[in-house]
Amino acid sequence: MTGRLRHLPPTSAGAFADAILPCRFAGVVYEARGKRLIDGLDLEIVAGPRTVILGPNGAGKSLTLRLAHGLIHPTAGRIVWQNRKLDGAGRGPRRQAMVFQKPVLLRRSVAANLDYALAVHRVRGTARSRRRDEALARTGLTAYARQSARTLSGGEQQRLAMARAWALRPQVLFLDEPTASLDPAATHAIEEIVQAMHAEGCKIVMTTHDLGQARRLADEVVFLNRGRVVERGPADRFFERPESQPARDFLAGKLVW
Amino acid sequence: MDYLVEAFRAAFDLIVALDADLVEIVGLSLRVSLSAVLIAAAIGLPLGAAVALFDFPGRSAVIVTLNALMGLPPVVVGLIVYLFLSRAGPLGVLGLLFTPTAMIVAQVILVLPIVAALARQAIEDLWAEYREQLVSLGAGPLRAIPTLLWDARATLVTALLAGFGRASAEVGAVMIVGGNIDHVTRVMTTTIALETSKGDLALALGLGIVLLLLTFAINGAAEGVRRFARARMA
Ligand SMILES: Nc1ncnc2c1ncn2[C@@H]1O[C@H](COP(=O)(O)OP(=O)(O)O)[C@@H](O)[C@H]1O
Ligand SMILES: [Mg+2]
Repeated sequence: MTGRLRHLPPTSAGAFADAILPCRFAGVVYEARGKRLIDGLDLEIVAGPRTVILGPNGAGKSLTLRLAHGLIHPTAGRIVWQNRKLDGAGRGPRRQAMVFQKPVLLRRSVAANLDYALAVHRVRGTARSRRRDEALARTGLTAYARQSARTLSGGEQQRLAMARAWALRPQVLFLDEPTASLDPAATHAIEEIVQAMHAEGCKIVMTTHDLGQARRLADEVVFLNRGRVVERGPADRFFERPESQPARDFLAGKLVW
Repeated sequence: MDYLVEAFRAAFDLIVALDADLVEIVGLSLRVSLSAVLIAAAIGLPLGAAVALFDFPGRSAVIVTLNALMGLPPVVVGLIVYLFLSRAGPLGVLGLLFTPTAMIVAQVILVLPIVAALARQAIEDLWAEYREQLVSLGAGPLRAIPTLLWDARATLVTALLAGFGRASAEVGAVMIVGGNIDHVTRVMTTTIALETSKGDLALALGLGIVLLLLTFAINGAAEGVRRFARARMA
């Protein structure tokens, strides 16, 4: 039986053969300048539901995303992806992408920004231009293709950051307060793109300080406080019946600490 | 007063008539200084990028040294290159002293620290901005270096222009290692020095005007690059 299974063509495993989720944090500690900023974090990020990380300022939301994405490394504890070999930071194409509050765009045209990301992912030739044009069209940036990316408005820049992430077809997209500096219309546009990527099967993990946005987008909420997971659960339950005092205070708009 | 007017008229005549000596001297100046800048760019840009990106023992010493060498006195560079290339020196067998090649070598030494130090600063600033995004995309350091060099292109071109300005205006280094030999190593600055002391003001002034125009052109180009960068690259 196992012998036969082993010889099944890889297509039978389909989408799962190169799946990088789930991602598990086990007792993750992150310290900087002698301060313990992430304090023994246990967290499992599974495929599917849109996860929104909430918590007061300085709770460690951004650090958690950056740890998960491999931009910084735990002082102690472990972060294990399902298929680590496929997805080490700095080791070629990655199956995960991240969008930051302030988009970092190359000093090149809109199209060249997408081409660059696709080139890093070893997408070449007609496949590259097809994916670039597709990403531009889906984010409403086709008309801006030849414009310098840095001359776009804030909202357009963030849409380009989303287009870049989308073009890479990641399994997981991390978003760190992606609409914090945008007006309502631009925020709406970003949320639409997030929804469309999720509808295509991309796992969404985002932070926000906009509770309205969290209600619109979250399937599940992870509530952080002082570098720890205080509470996690389905979004409906979290917003209606938060279990912990810090979460109740947070939802009531009272500053915790 | 007539004397000044006369000198200027003679100088303009030389320029307008494309006087053979003047053209030859300007040509050699441009050849030497452009070669020096190209070589300094080929070494200095990747060097600056590497120092910006990589941490290694003695990194801050390298940075301090590069910055200090930006102000290297040309005569001292000339003297040192002279010592190396002179017949009794360690590189004397090459027979390079009093050739344009020796002048290029001296100017490379003058320009390299400018290019490397300015490149290092520009690329370090850009790297601070790009780092997480590039890591996020999966771009390693070997891809980051050309990316940063290209995206810092406006600043780097300005650095190369500054290097070219310094090379074409300096007199001390080329005078010592070139020897100011007629039709061989005579460049604009050394000719001006010599002709002025001989009292032949027409050629000296003519070259001075060309050199001044060149300086204006360099600074105009640098300003153009800055405007372009401000408008397109924010
Ligand atoms: N490199 C660092 N050095 C020192 N403190 C840091 C560093 N990075 C983040 N912090 C601190 O860690 C805490 C958590 O940061 P962060 O994850 O950005 O919070 P937030 O939940 O608001 O996103 C904050 O108090 C922040 O000031
Ligand atoms: Mg944050």
